[in-house]
Amino acid sequence: MNVDWSAFTPGAGTAGGLLIGAGAVLLMLGAGRIAGISGILGGLLTPERGGSWRLAFLLGLCAAPWMFRAFSELPAITVDASTPRLIVAGLLVGLGTRYGSGCTSGHGVCGLSRGSRRSIAATAIFMAAGFATVYVLRHVVGA
Amino acid sequence: MAALYAFAAGLVFGLGLLVSGLADPARVLGFLDLAGLWNPTLAFVMGGAVLATSVGYAFLRRRTHSLSGEPLRWPQATRIDGRLAGGSLAFGVGWGVAGFCPGPALVAAAAGIGEAAVFVAAMIAGMLIYSVIERARRRASDAATPRA
Repeated sequence: MNVDWSAFTPGAGTAGGLLIGAGAVLLMLGAGRIAGISGILGGLLTPERGGSWRLAFLLGLCAAPWMFRAFSELPAITVDASTPRLIVAGLLVGLGTRYGSGCTSGHGVCGLSRGSRRSIAATAIFMAAGFATVYVLRHVVGA
Repeated sequence: MAALYAFAAGLVFGLGLLVSGLADPARVLGFLDLAGLWNPTLAFVMGGAVLATSVGYAFLRRRTHSLSGEPLRWPQATRIDGRLAGGSLAFGVGWGVAGFCPGPALVAAAAGIGEAAVFVAAMIAGMLIYSVIERARRRASDAATPRA
């Protein structure tokens, strides 16, 4: 296995991870809710389940890059995918996270932290699917 | 009050996504590419996030209500079924195709990255398709159930 040491930033990764966790804990402490981004966004699209806390959380999330910019330069965000590819990926992520009741945050962070077997199963499946997809796209079909 | 806490929580969460590098699809794909030039950073992001959340949640288990007075809503679902597996599989494939999952995509779109905005629009479309399908299915099953 070849490790990309030049891009390996365990310190920033851990610090950012702790912040993500702090955000998740703050949402439960302050509003009594699980920090699952797909569930929060999906609930907002289902009028009967709406709630001002959902909108407020998403606004806070979207304010983050602006807040970050006030103090330092925003880290690089590099997207190589073409528009059709972004659309296919977005549709799969939208449908998949609703049917699977969660994404990297709801199942991956909050679910694993609760020791939920359901979230452990979901996380194992989407991680495996992510590894397999990148393997096939980059090393089998070369796209 | 709940909305105020939720805003602060979203802000901290989003800053974490930026600091960790998770908002950058190139880094996410670098982690998912085990056979290429692998970047293990994301494992540290997940480790840090799960560590902070599990410690925080352990303390919150003693509370019944949030600071804003809302009850703490812990998920009750425990069933591992085809819906969960199929949905997670589709999500994982989509994640691998572009390197975006929902949180980082929203943050990147808010930062003004056009490609992220395209992804978010398609993701919302996918969620709306789910809502339409599920509503139609519920109506069909309501109609099929004889009323007493």
